[in-house]
Amino acid sequence: MAKTLETPKTFKPKMGKKELELLSKLTDALGVSGDEQEIRQIVMDELEGIADEMRVDHLGNLLVTKLGKGEKRLRVMVAAHMDEVGFMLIKDEGKGIFEFRVVGGIDPRQLVGKQVIVGRDHVPGIIGAKAIHLTTPEERKQTLPVTQLRIDLGPGGSAKAKPGDRATFATKLQVMGPTLCAKALDNRLGVYNLIQLVKNAPENIDLLAAFTVQEEVGLRGAKVAAFSFNPDIGIAIDSTPAFDLPHYDGEENTLYRTHLDGGPAIYVMDGATIADRRLVDWLVDTAKAENIPWQFRQPAPGGTDAGAIHRVREGVPSVSVSVPGRYAHSAAGMARIDDELNTLRLLHAALARLDENILLRQE
Amino acid sequence: MTFELIPFLKEMLSVPGLSGYEKPVRDVIARAWEPLSDELSLSNLGSLLALKRGEGPEPRPTAMIAVHMDAIGLMVTAIEDGFLRFTQVGGVDPRILPGQPVIVHATKGKEAQDLPALVVMPPAQLLPKEAGTGPLAQTYLLVDTGLRPKDVEKLVRVGDIISFASQPEELAGDTIAGHTLDNRASVAAATVALELLAKRRHLWDVVVDATVQEEVGCIGGFLDPIKVKPDLAIVVDVNFATGPGGSGSMNFEMGGGLPLNWGANVHPALYKAMEKTAETYEIPIYKDFSPSMSGTDAYGIQVAEEGIPVVEISIPLRYMHTPVEQVAIKDIQRAGRLMAEFITDLPLDFMNTVKWE
Repeated sequence: MAKTLETPKTFKPKMGKKELELLSKLTDALGVSGDEQEIRQIVMDELEGIADEMRVDHLGNLLVTKLGKGEKRLRVMVAAHMDEVGFMLIKDEGKGIFEFRVVGGIDPRQLVGKQVIVGRDHVPGIIGAKAIHLTTPEERKQTLPVTQLRIDLGPGGSAKAKPGDRATFATKLQVMGPTLCAKALDNRLGVYNLIQLVKNAPENIDLLAAFTVQEEVGLRGAKVAAFSFNPDIGIAIDSTPAFDLPHYDGEENTLYRTHLDGGPAIYVMDGATIADRRLVDWLVDTAKAENIPWQFRQPAPGGTDAGAIHRVREGVPSVSVSVPGRYAHSAAGMARIDDELNTLRLLHAALARLDENILLRQE
Repeated sequence: MTFELIPFLKEMLSVPGLSGYEKPVRDVIARAWEPLSDELSLSNLGSLLALKRGEGPEPRPTAMIAVHMDAIGLMVTAIEDGFLRFTQVGGVDPRILPGQPVIVHATKGKEAQDLPALVVMPPAQLLPKEAGTGPLAQTYLLVDTGLRPKDVEKLVRVGDIISFASQPEELAGDTIAGHTLDNRASVAAATVALELLAKRRHLWDVVVDATVQEEVGCIGGFLDPIKVKPDLAIVVDVNFATGPGGSGSMNFEMGGGLPLNWGANVHPALYKAMEKTAETYEIPIYKDFSPSMSGTDAYGIQVAEEGIPVVEISIPLRYMHTPVEQVAIKDIQRAGRLMAEFITDLPLDFMNTVKWE
C-alpha cells in the first residue's frame, strides 16, 4: 500500500491509574442491550468538548464526529458496541424474589451462585441454587435452566426493583498480574479504545465514532449508525474469544480462535462478514511497519458490528479488529493489558496512515 | 473494645479458612474473643477455645458452645499450560463453579502469595462430546490465575488450597450474602452470646469452641469435647431456609426464628429446657424435625467419651454451599441471645433435671 502521508505523530498508549479508572468505570457499569444509558453517559462525559459533533440517534447510538484537516479526507466509521449481555427481571414473586430472563447469549451454566446488580441504583442481589445436600445425583446431572433460577434481593427487595429492570453480574474490574479481569470486557475494551481514538484522533481522516447499541441482540445499532454516517470505510472494534485453553486429553488445541499475548486479532472472515481484503492488508502492513504483534482471528462463526456496517446503503468496505479475551459472556472475562494496548496502537497507527489510495486497489 | 456484629461477620467472610487450614479465620475470631473471655487456647488440631469462667463454687459445671469455623473450597491437583486442575475440600456442587472468583493460596515461590483467579469452563470443542451442554464434571473445569504459564509454574504447586473470593454483600431486609456463612453466621452468634455473657453473672463455666474440619467429617466435633469435658453442649449450625430451591416442610423462613433440632442427635430434656428459655424471653423458634441426623458437630459431640447431652440451634440459610449463601442478621442475634439467656439461667444442679423419661 502506498504511504503518502508523513509519519504519524507519536501515540504511546499506557494503562496507568487514570486509564484503569476509566476502564473500570466502563466495565463495572450496567449497560444491557436496550438500556445502554450508563455507558452512553460515561462516553459523553469523557468526550465533552473534544468532539466536533455528538448526538444520540433514535436507537440510542452515540454518534461522535471528529473532523480532520486537509483535502480529500476519508470518512472512516469506527464502531464499538456499548451493550453487554445480561438479564431482565420479568416477575416479582414477592419478598425480593424475581423471575428473570437472559438478554443476549449467556450459557445458563454461568448463572448459578453469582452476585448481580439490578437497575440504575445497582441494587445488590444474588442468583442462588438449591443446596447440594438437598439435590439428588440425578438432579446434579441437569443444568439449572434460567426459568428455575431467581434473582434474590433479600426480603424487602421488592420495593427496590421492578419487572422490566435490567441486571448484570456484580463483578468489579481487577488486575491479575499482566491480565485485566472484569465483566463486559466484550465490549467495554472497544468502547475504551474508541474513546482514546477520538481523544487522539489522527488529522488525515474524518473519524466517525459510533458507540453502538444492541450488538448482542443482532447488530441493530450499527445498521442505523452506518446509514447515518454514510462512511467510506467501516471498522468494528470489539473483543473476540480466546479459546486458548488446554484440550481435555492433552491433544493439540487447533481451535483456539485467538491467543492471549498474540496481539490484536484481525478478522478475515466470521459468521457475519468477509472482511475487505484491502483493509486486512492495510492492518497487517501497519502492524509489521510499526512492529506491533498481531494475529489473525481464526475464520469461524460469530460476528461484530461490521456484519451490519458492510451491508448498509451501497455497501461499505469493512473490517474488524478485536482484543482477544477469555470467558466472554460470563461473570468475568480476562484480557491481557499488552493485547489491549497493542490493539489501540495498531488502530491509531493504521488510521494515521490511511488515505484515499486504499480504496483504489481493485479486488 | 466494643463488638460490632456486621463488621465482624463481614471480616470473617472476607478471609479464607478451609478445613485443615483455618488459621486466617481463627485469627480474626481470636481478636474478637480475646477481650470477651478469660482464657483462649487451641486444640491439637487447631480449634479455638474461649473460656469464660462462671461464679459457682469449684468444681463448676461446664457448658460448651460448638460452632465450626472451617470453609469448603478447592485444592490444586495438577498444573497444565498455566491452568490449574483441582479437587474439592468438603461438598461443592460443581454446577456453581464456572465463573466463580477464587483465591489460589500459592506456596511454591520464595514467599507464599495469594493469587486472585477464576474457575473457568473450557469451550465445547476442547471437551469430549459426552460433556455436552449439561453441567461440566469438576475434572473438566480449570482455574485461571491470569498469570503467564511460566509464572504459574514458579508460584503454584499441587496441594495448594483455593478459597472462594466473592465479597460479602448486605441485601434488603437486613440480610447478608456471601460464601461460608455456613458456618461463620454461627460463629458470629456465639460471639454475640460471649459478649452478652461478658457483662453478666453466671454460675457455669462456658467454653465457646470454633471447631475445625466439620465439613470433612466433624473432626473438631469428635475431638474437642474430649479436651473440654463439658457437662452439656450447644451446637449452632445453619439449616435450610425457605426460598428458591427450598420450599418443603423441612425449610424455615429466614428471619422468622430459630429451628431447634428435635431428633436423635439431641437430648430431649435439653431440648425442652432450651424451648422454655425461648418462650420465657420471647425468642421465636421452630421445632426442627431431624429424624436421624443433622449432619453437624452435634453427632461428634453426642458420642464423645461417655456421651454428652446436646442441644442444637440452627440459623436458616438460603443457597447452602454456594458462594452466595444468605442469612438474616436478626437470626444471628437471636441465636446469640438465646444461648446467653440459657446459660445465665443455668442453676448449678441443672444436670439433675437432664433425665430420660
